[in-house]
This record gives sequence, structure tokens and C-alpha cells, in this order.
Amino acid sequence: MDYVIEMLNITKDFPGIRANDNVTLQVKKGEIHALLGENGAGKSTLMSILFGLYQPDSGVIKIKGQEVKITDPNVANEYKIGMVHQHFKLVHNFSVTENIILGLEPKKTFGRVDITYAAKKVQDLSNKYSLKVNPYDLIHDISVGMQQRVEILKMLYRDAEILIFDEPTAVLTPQEIDELMEIMRNFVNEGKSIIIITHKLKEIKKVADRCTVLRKGKYIDTVDVKNTSEEELARLMVGRDVIFKVDKAPFKPGKMVLEINNLKRTDKVNLSKSLDVEHLELREGEILGLAGIEGNGQTEFIQVLTGLKELESGEILFLGQDISNLSIREKSALGIAHIPEDRHKHGLILDFTLEDNIALQEYYKSPFSNNGILDRGYMKQYAKDIIKRFDVRSGKGELTLTRSMSGGNQQKAIVGREVARNPKLLIAVQPTRGLDVGAIEFIHSELIKARDEGRAVLLVSLELDELLNLSDQIAVMYEGKIVGSLSSEDADENKIGLLMSGGNNVGK
Amino acid sequence: MENKHKSARERFIHYFSDESNRRKLAPYISILFGLLAGLILMLLIGQDPIKGYINILNGSIFKGLFEGNFRRLGGTLAIATVLTFTGLSVAFAFKTGLFNIGVGGQMLFGGFIVVLLGNVLTLPKPVHLLVIVLAAAIGGALWALVPGILKARYRISEVVTTIMMNYVAMWTVSYFVRRWIPGHYETESSMIKESASLKFELLTDLFSGSAINLSIILAGLVVVFIWYILEKTTFGYELKAVGFNPDASKYAGMKVNRNILYSMIISGAIAGLAGASYYAGYTNHVKLGVVPNFGFDGIAVALLGLNSPFGVVLSALLFGVLRTGGEYLNAMTSIPKELVDIIVGLIIYFAAATLLIQFMLTKLIKKMKKNDEKHIEEKVVE
Repeated sequence: MDYVIEMLNITKDFPGIRANDNVTLQVKKGEIHALLGENGAGKSTLMSILFGLYQPDSGVIKIKGQEVKITDPNVANEYKIGMVHQHFKLVHNFSVTENIILGLEPKKTFGRVDITYAAKKVQDLSNKYSLKVNPYDLIHDISVGMQQRVEILKMLYRDAEILIFDEPTAVLTPQEIDELMEIMRNFVNEGKSIIIITHKLKEIKKVADRCTVLRKGKYIDTVDVKNTSEEELARLMVGRDVIFKVDKAPFKPGKMVLEINNLKRTDKVNLSKSLDVEHLELREGEILGLAGIEGNGQTEFIQVLTGLKELESGEILFLGQDISNLSIREKSALGIAHIPEDRHKHGLILDFTLEDNIALQEYYKSPFSNNGILDRGYMKQYAKDIIKRFDVRSGKGELTLTRSMSGGNQQKAIVGREVARNPKLLIAVQPTRGLDVGAIEFIHSELIKARDEGRAVLLVSLELDELLNLSDQIAVMYEGKIVGSLSSEDADENKIGLLMSGGNNVGK
Repeated sequence: MENKHKSARERFIHYFSDESNRRKLAPYISILFGLLAGLILMLLIGQDPIKGYINILNGSIFKGLFEGNFRRLGGTLAIATVLTFTGLSVAFAFKTGLFNIGVGGQMLFGGFIVVLLGNVLTLPKPVHLLVIVLAAAIGGALWALVPGILKARYRISEVVTTIMMNYVAMWTVSYFVRRWIPGHYETESSMIKESASLKFELLTDLFSGSAINLSIILAGLVVVFIWYILEKTTFGYELKAVGFNPDASKYAGMKVNRNILYSMIISGAIAGLAGASYYAGYTNHVKLGVVPNFGFDGIAVALLGLNSPFGVVLSALLFGVLRTGGEYLNAMTSIPKELVDIIVGLIIYFAAATLLIQFMLTKLIKKMKKNDEKHIEEKVVE
């Protein structure tokens, strides 16, 4: 009965959806409590309620047995609740210290900010918890992992006792993840309590004591992590058995499809996104995984490859032909399909119907159109076929505005459009980001199918599990360079993680 | 679902649960609100609103209609024709992602070319008409070309450039009219030749000598043509795609800049045709020192017509009725014609607030649904 936090029977409605339906969460003092659920299960809503960003429609919040009303984040601060958001809330041209003290600035005479005092306090805190940061560094000069530490220090500076982490590992390398877990354990030893929001089972097994599972807004169960297997957790989260390993035929590479030599591009704004790819190759029937921490040039590399950005110099050979100077349309017509990273920005025209979006890459040629006149009958039939074949669910079939569809179904429509073109090279950039387990399984099986049919697949992903599971070969990109390439048998999380962080600066 | 047995209430909920249906209703509500507000306003200034609205309708349509005098209706149609062109010009730009508020200037410049060629050329009527109509479209397109290039090449907002081009048009036209085709009055050009007039005897006679002219047929053709382009051709598909999402259009291999330029040119060409319709069909000369109001009215027409070519026709008719009816109202009663301006303004206001109206409707539907759920739950409990 020693709960620091109790959220009892919380219900929260949003227009058209019940985000939390009678959810209960009880966190003991000094434990790491995981909140597990798929995207859209209501984890973030529940935590936003605890942090005072939303008010529950019904239900009670108790802190140390006292019923409280948390009307805004300031109130949450008073109750010593702190939160590290998934997308950091930092001012980029401010220093580490300035960010940490924002809103609580220590003052000297005439209201001047006492930055030296603050910096010293920050330094003390970071020493105490071995969160290495330089208090005077500017945020835009430090790595994402560092920025996360700044967010953590922000909570500590405010003496938070209850720490909420929203998907904290999404932006970290495996080594950084280990460090974070170590830090979390330190906090717990100090008597603080932690809630970690995640959908990664491994991390829960590694660090959490207990785990509360949500599914579609509903409370499912709270379990002891020690006595629960990963499979069991997955089943609780999804509501059915989940297959972790994908079956694929033995690796039988064919002709060379893509060969890249000395590709260069300078990014004037952000040098770490400049590209310098010496060599990369990909054959028929092969999935080449491209690993790397977000923002190390993967996005730019794919954009140069597909033609969205121009390259400075270098050679891109597609089936022996240099395509580096071809337009996007010409590349696509040669048989290069592209599942883009940002499905709203590049993948779809959200105000078009599904029918129009499915024709997006081929509308200009027969049989979609003849002499510039669209064949609406064919487009409709084709869209219907894709919808059926790829199980795209929507309110009004091919006439649905894609804006109104769920992310998973939008992605399925894009995957369907690109795969159904029977491309020779399929470029898939983070094809499963933000999707639920069912959609992920489906998209993985489509990628494998494309490979088994003899297509070349270039898979860019931030999820190591995904890469290790699907790829035949894994190349790692760091600051715009390919810093290593491993076959899937040789690759493991550690080796890749080391390469992802630059290879030699993980001095532990 | 058993559609037949649904109550009116259920059908109402079902119909407006669909967002596109809510969207379609919004213009009618804004018209209703605008007219209601006009009614209240007439009451406030101590006038009889029923008399007022009857006079508007009489002045724009019914006066003499039953005695076979179609003059009023013809005049309304002539104005509605011009508004159809300007409304379509704005709507086309909207649909392709551009906000062309320089329709007035493009119309004026197109119209200036028309009046110029209508003065200086001597040609048989069919040829002369063909020449001025083409010239009007080219003139309007030219005037839109500058903002088009600035937008496509340098991403300079067309909102600023098109409206500034209005002033450039106004004084450029004034200068050249005074030099080349000055009229009887300081503020006018000279009249175009009969062979360049879009007035067509058969049509004029049919409508008892009103201002209706051949451009009404042209307007019909252009409306269908634009609808066809937008809905049925790959060209229109590209224009709309670029308008909605330039990034995704680039991803799909479209030439984004070129399409922006085309959109602007076509929008300008339609605006130029409005110039032909007005200056060669209605006034037969150009007035100096003013940008025609039709440009801004076109924005309202497009808004109210939900940017659909056929919607534009309907809303142009409504605005035509109000504009011509207003003149009559002014003459027949002591209600000032500015009242019509206010009503028009209010309708635009409500149309601009269609989002709000849709939002209110969304809430209403949700409330009704919730009530129904409650009823069901209560029944279950019982």
C-alpha cells in the first residue's frame, strides 16, 4: 500500500475517440514502472494527465495517498513530478544552464540572472548522477543523447521525485541506452520513482520492476516484469500472439542492381549531414539495411539517391547505367520505387482521395491515362485492387480522403503503391515508424516478399531489431559516411551500435 | 442498414456525419445568415424588410418577366457572367494552391487590350470577336505571369505581388488609354466598334434589349472546360497535386515550378476573359483610375462556391441578383443601395466563417449522437 502515485479509473475523451477508458496506474515508491502499449494505446495521454497537460473526464489522482488536482504542469512541478518528453522541449540557441533554469532563474540584484551560480548547481547535479554535460554548451552544438541529459537535469534541478520518461530510447544508440538505464537505476537507489513509457519489450525486461499494459485506451494488466516473458508482454500489448522472427528464404544474391561510388554532397547548414559515401552496393534478392542514429545523413543520402536533392559529385549505377543526373521521374520509370521517410510530407497528398494517391507515381502513363486524359474507371479499379491486396482500411474505400485515414493504413497504401509497381529497386525509409505491431508485421512480410521475388531492397531504419531481422547486409552510416558494413550473420547489436556512434568514442 | 425505417433525425445525423456533406451545407447557411442579418438591419433603420427583398428580386429578375419583358433577368445574367469568370479565376487558383487576389487587375488589363483592339482594328464581326476574346485571355495571362514567375522561381508570395499588380494595371491602363484611345470624358476610353461588341442581336432582342451578351455562352464553355481539366486530365491532376502538396508532387516526379506558373497563367487568362465579358459586352469602354470590383467579388464568389466550377456559377448568380437588385432597390424605395453592399459583405463574412459553421455543425451532430447513446444505455438499464 505504499504507492507514491495512484491514478484511479481515469477516463479521457477526445473528439471521436476515448483515449483512456477507466485506466488505473499505481506506482510504488522507489520502483521503475513501465507503461507498455502500442501507438494509440493511450500511454502518452495518461502521462499528460499526470503532468497536468490534460484534465481527466473522470477518475482520481492520488499522490502519497492524498487526492490532488493537477491543473497544469506548474502544479505537477510542485508535487515533484518531472517529465522528459519524447520530443525535447529545449531552446536551441540557449546554453545548457539557461535551458535548465528556464522559469526558475536565480536572481542577483536588479533582476539579473545569476548564471554562474546556476551553472555551478548544474555542474554539481551532473557530477552527482554522472550525467556528463558542460553547463555552458549551446543546445544545438550537443548530441541528442546529451540533450536528453539536459532534460533529465531539468527535472533534477526542480527536485523531482517522480520522473516520467516518454519513449526515452528512441533517439539513442544501444550504448547510450545502457548508460541511460544505469542512470535510471541510480535514481531509484536514491529513492526516486520512475515511470517509463515504451513499446520496446527488451528495455522493460532490462530495467523495469513492474509493468502496466494498456491496449486501445483500456487497462489490461499490471505484471511483475521478473516473472513475465517477452512473449507474454507482447501478447498482453497486442492481444494475440506475436511472431518475432520473420521467415525468409536463404540469401541468393543475383545481378548487381545498385552501385554507388564516391558520392559527395556538402550541406552548408549542418555539416554532419554532408555526404561522403565511398562505396555501397546492392544486388537482386538482397535487403541492404542502412543503420545509423537519426540525423547522420541517411535522409539526405536517400534524397540524393532518389533525386529529391542534387548531388555534387559521384556515381550512382543502376543496373550498370549511371543515373546520377536523371530526374526523379526518369529514375522512377527505370524501376526505382521509394517508400519515403515522411509519409505526410512526401508520401501522400493528404487532400486527395485514396484513388488519386494510389495513382501518384503512374498517373501519367497508360493505362492510368491516355493522351493526358485520366482513365478514371481504371484508376478506381486499380485502387480497389491495391486496397484489397494490401488490406488498406478506410471509411469510404477508394474515395476516402487520405487525411482521414490512420497512419498504419496510410503507410499500407504507400507500400502497396510502391510494391505493386514491381520495382527492381525498392527503397524503404523507416517504413514502420509509428505503426502498430500488426501493420509492422505486414510491412515486414511485404519487404521480405519483394526480396524473395528477386528485387533489391534498401531499408533505412532507426530500429536495430528491424534491421537485424530483415537485412542480409547491414551498412552503418555515421556523419554522412559509411563507417562499416556487416553481413547479417556477423552483425549484432553491439557491433552495429559501436559503429553508429562513430566507432571509437565509446570509451567504456 | 435499413435506410427506409430511419427517422428524419437519424437521417440528419447520418448525412452530416460525413464531413464533405457538412462542407456542402455551409454556403447555404452563410447565405441564410447574411439575408437574415440584412433583414434585421432594415428593421433597425425603420424599413420594411419584406418590401426590400421583394424589390431586390423584382429589380433583378421578376419586373416585367410575366409580361414577356426579360430585360431585368438579362441584366442580372450579364453581371453574373462577369462574376462567373472572376470567381472561376480565383477558384482555379485556389484549387491549385494559389491565392490570386489580383483578378481585378488582370481583368482590367485584359479588358484594356480588348478595348484597344476593339477601337483600332477593322475586321468582320466573327473574326474581330475571336481576336478580342483571345487577346483578353492573353492580356490577363500576361498580367498574372509576373507574379507567377516570382512565385515559381523565388517563392515570393503571390498574395502580395498580385494585389500590387492591380495598381500597376490601373495606372498603366490610364496612361495608354489617354494616349491612344481617349474618350469624350477625361475618365473614359472611347467606345469600341460595333464589330468588336459581344452584344448579339438575337440575344439582346430575346432579353428585351438588356446587357446580356455572347460571353454568357463563353462562360458556360469555360466552366465546363476548367472542370474537365481539373477532374479528368493528368494536367489538372498535377496542378491540384502541386497545389495541395508541392513536396509530395516533387517526390512523384512532377515539375513543381512549371505547374505553379501554369496555374497562375490560366487563372490570369480566365480573369482576362472577365475583362472581355465586361468591357466588350457590358460597358464597351474602359473607366480610368479604378480597378473593377469584380476582382474582389470573385473571391467571395469562389469562397461561397466552395471553389468548384459549378458552385461558382451558382454563387455568381446569387451575387448577380443582389448587385442588380440593389440598384433597383435604391431607385424604388428609400432603402439605400449600400444595404446590398452590407448584405453581400455579411454573406462573405459568413462564408469566410464557414469553418466555424462546419465546426458548430460537427458539435451539434456529436451532441445528438451522444444523446442517442444515452437513450440507448438508459433503455438497456431499464
